Amino acid sequence: MTIQFNDETFRDDYSYHNSAEAIRRFPFPFDKDDYMYAVNMEPHAGGREGSPFENRFDVDEHYVAEMRDREITLNEDPLRCQSLPHMELAGWDLLELIMVSKSEDYPELFSLHRDGDRWHWINRPLGIDHKFTFLDPTTLPYGPMEYITRQAQGDFAVLDQREGNLWMEAGMVTSQADWSLDFDIGMNFFEWHAPVPKAHEMGIFQRALKFLLAIQQDSPSRRLNWTMTVNPRLDTSPENYHKWGPEKRTLTPENVGEKQYLRVELQTFFRLPRSNGLAFPIRCYLISLQDLVTVPKWGRRLHRVIRDLPDELADYKGFAVNRQLIIDYLAQFDDGKPTSPGIFPDE
Amino acid sequence: MSAQMLRVTEIEALSPLVKRFRFEHPRGEKLPLFSGGAHVVVEMSDGDALRRNAYSLISDPQDGSGYEIAVRREDGGRGGSRFMHACVRQGDMLRISTPLNLFSLDMRARKHVLIAGGIGITPIIAQMQQLLRMQGRFEIHYAARSRREAAGLRLLPSLPHIHAHISDEGKRMDLGAILDRQPIGTHVYTCGPEGLITAVAQCAERLGWPCGSLHSEVFLAPPPGRAFEVTLAKTGQRVSVSPHQSLLEALEEAQVDMDWSCRGGACGRCETEVVSCHGRIEHNDHWLSEDERSSQTKIMPCVSRFRGKELILNR
Repeated sequence: MTIQFNDETFRDDYSYHNSAEAIRRFPFPFDKDDYMYAVNMEPHAGGREGSPFENRFDVDEHYVAEMRDREITLNEDPLRCQSLPHMELAGWDLLELIMVSKSEDYPELFSLHRDGDRWHWINRPLGIDHKFTFLDPTTLPYGPMEYITRQAQGDFAVLDQREGNLWMEAGMVTSQADWSLDFDIGMNFFEWHAPVPKAHEMGIFQRALKFLLAIQQDSPSRRLNWTMTVNPRLDTSPENYHKWGPEKRTLTPENVGEKQYLRVELQTFFRLPRSNGLAFPIRCYLISLQDLVTVPKWGRRLHRVIRDLPDELADYKGFAVNRQLIIDYLAQFDDGKPTSPGIFPDE
Repeated sequence: MSAQMLRVTEIEALSPLVKRFRFEHPRGEKLPLFSGGAHVVVEMSDGDALRRNAYSLISDPQDGSGYEIAVRREDGGRGGSRFMHACVRQGDMLRISTPLNLFSLDMRARKHVLIAGGIGITPIIAQMQQLLRMQGRFEIHYAARSRREAAGLRLLPSLPHIHAHISDEGKRMDLGAILDRQPIGTHVYTCGPEGLITAVAQCAERLGWPCGSLHSEVFLAPPPGRAFEVTLAKTGQRVSVSPHQSLLEALEEAQVDMDWSCRGGACGRCETEVVSCHGRIEHNDHWLSEDERSSQTKIMPCVSRFRGKELILNR
């Protein structure tokens, strides 16, 4: 497999774009015509060939540009990456998981040679060729978690497990849907989910926590989550709300197809062997509405989902202000025909 | 639960009652690493019975070349440990689950005090390996009746921070003295008989320890009892549980699809909803809250039993 990496930006001139192939493989999150919270977990054990579910960590045409964007964000605000002292071992666990997975799944892009604790890592797309000693942080330019997550798409929360709960105590978070690691660090599962409406009453979090606590080493899990973002911006953090918040007001009936993006998170969960921590990678995928409706099933379905969504959810997901514009735009692509089950395009 | 077939490559008697078993991959492949305090579930085909017992891993968590466990023969038990002692030979293949940890170290601790009674030393051995590797501060206190019974001594290195308390030699463990002199930020981990765990908890409470600094693990063997019957709400099927069988084993035998991992009342995976209960559930687990127990709306089939007229499960 060869991947042609896009030269693109996620800020300023927003030159981000999806190739025809990237559109077809987009992880569309709705398997039916309506949406409500669900624990919706499934084993992360491969998936349709070419889809983002196929490998443990998906690498796609946005890889190099996303890593460049992460670097800009970190330069502006180093607190986007934090690790409490007791999470160092979990950081090494994560480094090993990502290096092993990527070198096995994309051997033409990444290589890992291990001779005991002496490791040699090659990342060809980013031009990195590095020898270091596993578990010796002085042999890396950053801590282990920061080192590897500067080379991996998506955000990473690293959770400690104790007292029957999960605690967010390390992470690399630069492409988030309006939440902040600096605010959440040290919180437990219920504390960091406190702002989510409705789900508490539904008992969703109790069930989800119980599921996550029981995740075993060789059985990672995954789920999809979604929201909406105006412009293809990865860093929609509360810290930078003043930059992206006002952009919500720039939508018009003429530009909504081009500027409104569906933002999908592929969330995965891996038990870490040495630390017994839980890695929670959150990979963000963006697609403009005008690209999305090129798949007729998705255009029809997204229209119905957004139209029928409870108000609290549109509010929470931050697009209530543009909801009608979005519905009116999508309505053109909904001919009322039935849609097939599942998330993939009809062939 | 995922598992793989591993070969028994070493068996060693550590004491008259305790044997060490080593398992390796038949083709020499590396096994998944684990964290100190993790256990595996060993499957044993004992005649008609399929037994599954959880045993803590005592080998070095960083060493994927094999897994080791230590098994104490329980003559009054249901037969799993007797099977391990009497029937398992070097070269045999056994199905061993992936490691799972319900008793991991709290990495925030500035110091770790590990207290073991009897065979409760097993998870603490791997925790010690992890602490040695990470250069953590720790003390181990190991209580046994006699040196002959203290099988774990053979598995512990000779280090100044490891203390054996042998009651036959007039050196009973003095919990007050151990816990009273610890610096703030110390965490204590206890594994062994229920009485020891309670004693540590009470002593720590008296000394004003925060309860978040106390950790313990006890795996219960499913206790035998009277035979009973349950009814499955979804199929109407009736399942009989014999005196030496657990409800979980009886449900498995009846082809009911059950989730489980520790089989010792600690992990919560087999929790089952009770639709109707005329009688008394004998809750033997460490998972359900007091409220849940007294409401009789949930049961942990791996260790809990029932006495009475009718128990209907949501299965």
